[in-house]
Amino acid sequence: MKWIAAVLIGGSLLLPPFFAGDFYINLASQILIAAIFALSLNLLVGFGGMTSLGHASYLGVAAYISALLTSRYGFDHGAAALISILGTTAMAAFFGVIALRASGLGFLMITLALSQVLWGLAYRMSNVTNGDNGITGLTRPAPFGFSLESPVAFYWFVLIVSTIAFLMMTTFVTSAFGSSLKGVRDQPRRMAALGFNPWLIRWITFVYAGLWGAVAGLLYVYYHKYIHPSSLSTTSSAEALLGVIAGGSGTLGGPAVGAALVLLLKNYASAYIERWNMLLGLVFLFIVLVMPAGIVPGFSRLMAGLRGENR
Amino acid sequence: MQFWIIQGLNSLSLGGLLFLLSSGFSLIFGLMRLANLTHGAFFMLGTYLAATALRSFDGLNIWTTAIGAGFVVAALGGLFERLVLTRLKANPLGQVLVTLGMSFIISDACLMIWGGDSIPVPTPQNLQTPTRLFGFVFPTYRLVLVGLAVLVAVSLYFLIECTRLGAMIRAGVDDRQMARAVGIPVSRLFTIVFCLGTGIAGAAGVLGGPILSAYPGLDADMLPLALIVVILGGIGSLLGAFVGSFVIGFIYTFGTALFPELAYIILFLPMIVVIAFRPQGLFGRVGA
Amino acid sequence: MTGPSSEPALEVVGLKKAFGGLAVTQDVALKVRAGERRLIIGPNGAGKTTLFNQISGDLRPNAGSIRLLGADVTYLPPFKRAHRGLSRTYQIITLFAGDTLEHNVSLGLLGLRPSRWQMWLPMSSYRDLATESRRALDAVGLLHLADRPISDIAYGERRRVELAVALAQKPRVLLLDEPLAGLSNTERSTVKSLIASIPRDTTLIMIEHDMDTALDLAETVTLLNYGRVIVDGERDAVIADERTREVYLGT
Repeated sequence: MKWIAAVLIGGSLLLPPFFAGDFYINLASQILIAAIFALSLNLLVGFGGMTSLGHASYLGVAAYISALLTSRYGFDHGAAALISILGTTAMAAFFGVIALRASGLGFLMITLALSQVLWGLAYRMSNVTNGDNGITGLTRPAPFGFSLESPVAFYWFVLIVSTIAFLMMTTFVTSAFGSSLKGVRDQPRRMAALGFNPWLIRWITFVYAGLWGAVAGLLYVYYHKYIHPSSLSTTSSAEALLGVIAGGSGTLGGPAVGAALVLLLKNYASAYIERWNMLLGLVFLFIVLVMPAGIVPGFSRLMAGLRGENR
Repeated sequence: MQFWIIQGLNSLSLGGLLFLLSSGFSLIFGLMRLANLTHGAFFMLGTYLAATALRSFDGLNIWTTAIGAGFVVAALGGLFERLVLTRLKANPLGQVLVTLGMSFIISDACLMIWGGDSIPVPTPQNLQTPTRLFGFVFPTYRLVLVGLAVLVAVSLYFLIECTRLGAMIRAGVDDRQMARAVGIPVSRLFTIVFCLGTGIAGAAGVLGGPILSAYPGLDADMLPLALIVVILGGIGSLLGAFVGSFVIGFIYTFGTALFPELAYIILFLPMIVVIAFRPQGLFGRVGA
Repeated sequence: MTGPSSEPALEVVGLKKAFGGLAVTQDVALKVRAGERRLIIGPNGAGKTTLFNQISGDLRPNAGSIRLLGADVTYLPPFKRAHRGLSRTYQIITLFAGDTLEHNVSLGLLGLRPSRWQMWLPMSSYRDLATESRRALDAVGLLHLADRPISDIAYGERRRVELAVALAQKPRVLLLDEPLAGLSNTERSTVKSLIASIPRDTTLIMIEHDMDTALDLAETVTLLNYGRVIVDGERDAVIADERTREVYLGT
């Protein structure tokens, strides 16, 4: 059953460039970027049991580093991307040490406080970040000489990167380390007694999640060719968290579905409603109150019920 | 010398404001183990209400407005707690997420109602003349804020240590199950404490108005401050919130006076240092 | 390993622990020889599990020292003690309810292996883990349930899985916290014979609240009350001791 779904989804991802117009191809790119970001957050939330409200930090910082290096200091995209990922991952390593001094709500509060400070810095340090104006006029990379300016070309690029990201994150989660991560999530004391080092396992996961968040950040800034402090905001982190929870944090693909839905909602809603934040808040309330396990588990339970299984 | 005195007084008034902001948050977190992310929005709502009320009705003074706004916000908070939070007793993560959602709703509602421009809140007439202190001129209202913070701190202390309600709160904080077992109506207590905490936030919003003004994004500016104070001072400790507020007030004021570029970093540096060496905060209990 | 060591497998000296004003462990001393079967008894609240928690590292003592196989582990984090040969089971079962029996035991095996850091190969590719874990389950008579989730099996069977997980690590010192609690008579005799068949290279320290059930498994007994060691010695001597009767009958 899972294989059929995987093939269907995989197949549908190959379709847009052939059948859809530019608008939908661009939308598909955005969905993939949001999906990668949500999957990286889910390493923490779903598999690690660490709910973070500051994940946008990694997306935003990676985006800003790339933007600044390419537009202001004349770096080429390859070097900028490398420095961006390394720098952001180093930041994740540092933040992880701080945030992991606490757990549960304390952890949440620290990640929120740290990301809010970065957001504030992005606004105030306008001589560096251009503050509220953001950084415009950015370019997309041209890997191996291929231009990514057209929506179709960019889509293929994002598809390839997303597929690699998805495979690597899946590998991580199903590996022996992944099993130890899930164990620490469920029974940390027991795992320690068995010889696992809970802190180190969590910290490594935190850094890895930050790394893929940075990758999402690069794709994000390449797509928009523009970066603004709002990408570092709590709203940005909250949208990703909503995607994770709405899609189902316990599953591999759920967060991707959830992120897609949040993005689609945002796109269509903003055509009719000005107050996206309020809608986001209401959706939060709705999902948490009505479907706390998320859509994907709910759907698979539905399918199991239709097939007559009792579970 | 002048520098030290002026910055010292600034620090005190900032600390006072921070305490007014974070005491409610600390109270709620201490008893209900709930990180109320709506706190900044409730504060901002108070500020907006003050801005409108004080500019529309001549006879109103800021003190009654603060109490009035406090009640309005407390009522809103109570409704939210009863209708939404109680349904999520078994889902602490869900509780945090709905408070986040609620903060988006309130902040967007404020944007809808009051628009995007900053609205100043008038300083009370009789406090508009500056005070001469140590030979320097200092805005009176800022000094009054310190007094207010102390007043609120003492009142809360009295409430928690010397009243029956306070005893119930303390019992609930120490051991929720046991408190329920000896007949303390924990559920009702939670509602009362949530109303109290959010009410203080609303009132604090009014009192902070003359200094901050009401503007979109005030909630996002205030919430991390409350978080930093509570993380530094220790979760669930009112004394920690009090001390933490003034510690942050001093470090931030002097820090930004000396190194204005690094303002935001200076803000969270004390929090990081405290977390590194004492993760439960200055006055928090281990495992709280 | 070289010849018999004269070092005790576990030595606790002057252990003190207090929570606020309440003293839970008061000057406790313990010396357990390699291969010994020690039973720790005492009424509720005597501080038995707190003592275990300090030995395993879940709690930090306020004073005193703990030596495991000759090395000072007093402030060593729990996971490092596991690598030195310490294993334990818990009063409340802490297995992974949604996972299969085999996976639970495999995790136990993984904890001491370097491959636990491996982030590439899927868990399912570790055939040797699976084989060894099934062998461990077979030793406790649960091989037929190896592929069932923990949530599907009976309480008594879960206790046996707990034991299998702890034994799979081939520990030098095994702490059993009330291994017979909540078991029916038949289950109890099954688990008792399993405990009795644990090889001598594992030193066994058990907590049991109900004296009668575990006595025949013990060679030496330590009686705790109010956090203090009251009597300590060979089983029959401790049973006959006046003070034991006092503690249980409360003169």
